[in-house]
Amino acid sequence: MPEQEPLLDIQQLDARYGAIQALRGVSLRVERGEIVTLIGANGAGKSTLLMSIFGDPRPSAGHIRYLGRDITGLPTHAIAKLGIAQAPEGRRIFPAMRVEENLLMGATPLGMQHIDTDLIKVFELFPRLKERRDQRAGTLSGGEQQMLAIGRALMSRPQLLLLDEPSLGLAPLVTQRIFAILGEIRATGTTIFLVEQNARQALKLAQRGYVLVNGAIRLSGSGEELLANPEVRQAYLGIRA
Amino acid sequence: MSLTPTPLTSAAGPTAVLRQAVLEAAASFVLALLLLGPIVGLVLDGYQIKNELQRPLLIAALVALGRFLFTLALHTPSGRFWLERFSAHRGKTAILVQSDSDRQHHGWLLLLFIAGLALPFLANKYALTVLIQAMIYVLLGLGLNIVVGLAGLLDLGYVAFYAVGAYGLALGAQYLDIGFWTALPLAALLAALFGALLGFPVLRMHGDYLAIVTLGFGEIIRLVLNNWLSLTGGPNGIAAPAPQLFGLEFSRSAREGGLPFHEYFQLAYNPLHRFIFIYLVLFLVVCLMALVVNRLRNMPVGRAWEALREDEIACRALGINHVLVKLSAFMMGAMVGGIAGVFFATYQGFINPASFNFFESALILAIVVLGGLGSTSGVILAALVLTILPEVLRAFADYRVFAFGVLMVLMMIWRPRGLIQPRRRAFDVEGL
Repeated sequence: MPEQEPLLDIQQLDARYGAIQALRGVSLRVERGEIVTLIGANGAGKSTLLMSIFGDPRPSAGHIRYLGRDITGLPTHAIAKLGIAQAPEGRRIFPAMRVEENLLMGATPLGMQHIDTDLIKVFELFPRLKERRDQRAGTLSGGEQQMLAIGRALMSRPQLLLLDEPSLGLAPLVTQRIFAILGEIRATGTTIFLVEQNARQALKLAQRGYVLVNGAIRLSGSGEELLANPEVRQAYLGIRA
Repeated sequence: MSLTPTPLTSAAGPTAVLRQAVLEAAASFVLALLLLGPIVGLVLDGYQIKNELQRPLLIAALVALGRFLFTLALHTPSGRFWLERFSAHRGKTAILVQSDSDRQHHGWLLLLFIAGLALPFLANKYALTVLIQAMIYVLLGLGLNIVVGLAGLLDLGYVAFYAVGAYGLALGAQYLDIGFWTALPLAALLAALFGALLGFPVLRMHGDYLAIVTLGFGEIIRLVLNNWLSLTGGPNGIAAPAPQLFGLEFSRSAREGGLPFHEYFQLAYNPLHRFIFIYLVLFLVVCLMALVVNRLRNMPVGRAWEALREDEIACRALGINHVLVKLSAFMMGAMVGGIAGVFFATYQGFINPASFNFFESALILAIVVLGGLGSTSGVILAALVLTILPEVLRAFADYRVFAFGVLMVLMMIWRPRGLIQPRRRAFDVEGL
């Protein structure tokens, strides 16, 4: 029954950096067309989880299934070819290259055949990037760089888009705009797995969420449920219960 | 005190300019006096130190005058123009994008190409050898530019591949009886193989660590060549064959049944023929390489090299196979170095390991940095400057290293990104 198969299915995932265990038996699912968010404090293992979906660090135990296929332990570039793309933490655009070249780099897993149509799509989503297409990416503002990182990831026509803290270092207004665009991206049929520290905004946007504490999933539920949960309210939203 | 004067607003009157010029001249005078006073002013005569203060005073006055005139000159319209052109601030935010209208240089390039082909027929032997050396360094610069300029992998042992190419020809001729034309592709392949050999262990290294390992690699190759007496002849060196033109030799009399070039064409024997021939082949190879590198830059491979230089983690996140990208950069660079080595060997006719020391690597690196990391035309220009200028200025040979230092300092002030900033080509996207 392929219809019921989740897009991404992680089971009992362990990951470690040397002696330090970063993830302990993490299990989560991402269904097609959802925005799923993972929230947690600094060092909870959010980025590690995202990176190990991409094969680096390699999980020490557990399984990651994408479209029913076990992708645990595949090399990073092979995973990217399967239709998973990510906008890494801290944006990591190529500063000396032009905006357009940055976008072209995102198309690497696909090859060059859809470049024209995909560039137009990304420029429709982010008109700001179109204005700056010939500019050096390093000269963009933080928000524009984040748009570029997301646009770059979209160039590979991903089914699943992994975002690592797109709100990092951005002004609240800019964050709101980026989150609004994430809603638009979801509407085009791309599933989004969003790792965030900005719990309030992320949970408002997402259909479902997970809370990661010390490398293990503590809570899960729909966005509203988590927003109403007293533990979440106290720990991540700064509201005393 | 900075060398470039504080820019005055265009509204500033001549008095303001004059005042600035006087102030800057005075400052240079004091600075020159402080610097030169002890060096030039105190002369050791026998066991006594004589006080010759008038000398530093004179020099300092000259420096001050020069500074005064320099400042004034910079405020004339043409001076402003040059200041503008050399200003490091220019193009810091915007980047140079090559659009269609910029591509009208083809006519000039063709002219340069023809001039390059015609040049050896006008040159004497000395000029010809200088030209060949310059072309070899252009080739080396183009090769290292791939590794350092595009892929951002600091390689301090590039000379190793140069040596592999040169010894590929010499040893191949001695043991396998292959000629120049067979050795050219084979040595290129061999050097590329060595590039991969170096590339594998350094895949995980960056920056300083990579530099040290590549430096070691370069020394290993040289030391092996130096000490493997039975194979390479060690420091005594080894002879390398001259090239042939479809079996015609460029010697006065052919060995064992060959036919000399001049007899076949019924020309008088001229030892220059050999150098002209080497130059022409080399020139064509250099042009081909410049073309190839330029095209690669705008292909996915070339862009991946540059992306790798910018951010390796981002590259991996985008599904770029960084192993392949790094290895291809090392191999491509090494291959070009190997080809340069073959030409070096055939031009010298004799090679020994002393030609492949670290200073060669440093010089090639200087060419790449001076030219502008990643800029093809810049690297070509820098290679020509750094090989031809020392020859032209032979009379001042003692000051060569000094001039080199001054050049580097000036570059850092005015053109920190190199002589010619790399251009990035615009794309034509349908519907945009």
